[in-house]
Order: sequence, then C-alpha cells, then structure tokens
Amino acid sequence: MTFFDYLFLFLGMGLVTYLPRALPLVYLAHKKLPQWLVDWLNLVPVAILSALLAPALFVDSTQRSFSVGKPELLVAIPTLLFALKTRSLGGTVLVGMFLYWLAG
Amino acid sequence: MNGHHKIRELGLKQAAAAAWPICLGYFPIGLALGVLAQKAGLPWWAVLMMSVLVFAGSAQFICVAMLTAKASIPAIILTTFIVNLRHALMSSALAVYLPGVSRRFLALYSYGITDESFAVNMTRFREENWSRWKALFVNHLANAAWIVATTTGALVGQFVPRGAFGIDYALNAMFICLLVFHLRGRVYLLTSLLAAAISVAWYLFIPGDSYIVGASVSAATLGYILQRRHRRGK
Repeated sequence: MTFFDYLFLFLGMGLVTYLPRALPLVYLAHKKLPQWLVDWLNLVPVAILSALLAPALFVDSTQRSFSVGKPELLVAIPTLLFALKTRSLGGTVLVGMFLYWLAG
Repeated sequence: MNGHHKIRELGLKQAAAAAWPICLGYFPIGLALGVLAQKAGLPWWAVLMMSVLVFAGSAQFICVAMLTAKASIPAIILTTFIVNLRHALMSSALAVYLPGVSRRFLALYSYGITDESFAVNMTRFREENWSRWKALFVNHLANAAWIVATTTGALVGQFVPRGAFGIDYALNAMFICLLVFHLRGRVYLLTSLLAAAISVAWYLFIPGDSYIVGASVSAATLGYILQRRHRRGK
C-alpha cells in the first residue's frame, strides 16, 4: 500500500471513530437517549467482544472447520481466570501471551 | 497569577495519578500492536499515522488483522464504525457531567473517549470534584502513551522473531479481559454466549468477515428482547 492508501484508510477509520464519540456529546448534551436504545447499546460491547473472540478459539481458520482443543482455547481458560481474579488489562495480556508462548 | 499556576499544576498531578494505570495497560498492548503491524507489512510511519488519526485500540488490532487477511478498505472502515459505535453511548453518558461546556472543548474532548479513559473519568466525575480539564489531561496522557507504545512496537518489530513471546495471543487476551470488565450480570453473560455461538456458526457457513457485525447485532438484539421479557414478567 502507498502513503495515500494508508492516509485514505486511516482518515476513513478516524472519521467513523470520531463521529460517534463527538456527535452525542456535542449535540445531545442536554437531551436523553430513549431507554430502549440505551439498553440495547449496553449489550453491544459484550456481543462484539464475544463475536471477535469465539471464532479464534473454536474454529480452525485454515480450513474454516469447527475445532475443540486448539491451543488458543486451552490458553484462554487460565487467562480468563487470571482476568477474573486480578481485573488487570496489561497483566492479562502479558499472562495470555506467556502461556501461549509456552503452549506453542 | 502564582496561585493560578499552582492550581493548574495540582490538576495535572491529579490527572497523571488517574491516568497512569491506563498508560501502563496501554504499553504492552501498544507494543504488541506495533509489532503485529510491522509483521503485517505496515511501515512505522503508517502505525504512527493510525494511532494519531484513529486512537481506538481494538479497531486498530482488527484493522491489522484485516489487512493481513487482504480485506478491502471499505470493509475495514465499516468494521471500525461498528466496533466503535459503542462510544456513542459513553459520549452520551459523559454529556451529563459536561453541561454548557463550549463546543470547541467538547470537540477536542471527544477525540480521547476510549473504553479506558471513559471508565476512569466517569468514576472520578461520579465520586469527587473532578474538573473537565483534568479529564481532558487523562485523555491526552493516555493518547500520548498509546502513540509512543505503538510506534515503538513498529520500530522494534523487525528484531522480534515471528511468534516470539506469544505476541499473536495479545489480542485474544485483551478481548478476554475486556469481556470480564463488561460481564456485569446474567443478561450480559447470556448475550456473550449467544454472540459466541452465532459468530462461530456464521463464520463457518458464510464466507467473508460479516460475522463480526452480524453476530454482535443479532446477539445484542436477542439479549435485549430477553431482558425486556424478563422485566415484564416480574
């Protein structure tokens, strides 16, 4: 990719990242979102995170087939326990990487 | 004049005290992102440009993963939009604590709204006399740490052998921990399990990368319907 490909991509990503952060704060500062939208939006982060994570743990990406017992899944269990116990983002990342490195 | 100066210095100190856990957490993740980006073929200046223009950790990881998978630019931008749409809710919640503040301040403040800075600033706003300037400092300190960490990762990436230190697992580990932060009740757990099941099925049967958007929107909607039924049933 050239300089301008990157610039175009990141400007596009930056714009669609900035607008949802800015518009509600700047224009809806004194208004309230409808309750159903708040309830629904509340569930979006867990849904996104799970949708990102699950295929990495349960699918063999080279063949796109279901798979139980990948190292990714085995490492996920102690990593999850560590996250539940410590609630530390940086620590969990380091522990997950270390365990995966040991498993690989 | 002198007193004013002192107050400002104190504010910066308090902001730094609030921001340091974010910066510490960002460092390994930022380094990992930079190294992964370098492995995916991105030059260091592209990583720097991305961290300045986008400043959204998960979306940047997804962008690198999608570039590795040869995804198209519109597909990456659309995915970024969906992934970062959640910030609209945080932005609305912050509006309660920033009433009547100038639009120019809010426009600058919005740039730094991330999951982490939102969580830190929101807690402070709720519990104590937290000023908007301190909140803005927190945003920008976190941003500075992020830019330095990601660019450093991209620069040292070429010296890191492929698969070293389990760096390929950084993204999964970050998602696991963020998931733990977000699981605040039964409906969240249920939505998470639904999203996991739907995304795996979607991924297996439908080619391309629509599974992220498809599974998260359907799981959040199902979770919302279940939550409403449960409330009505009471």
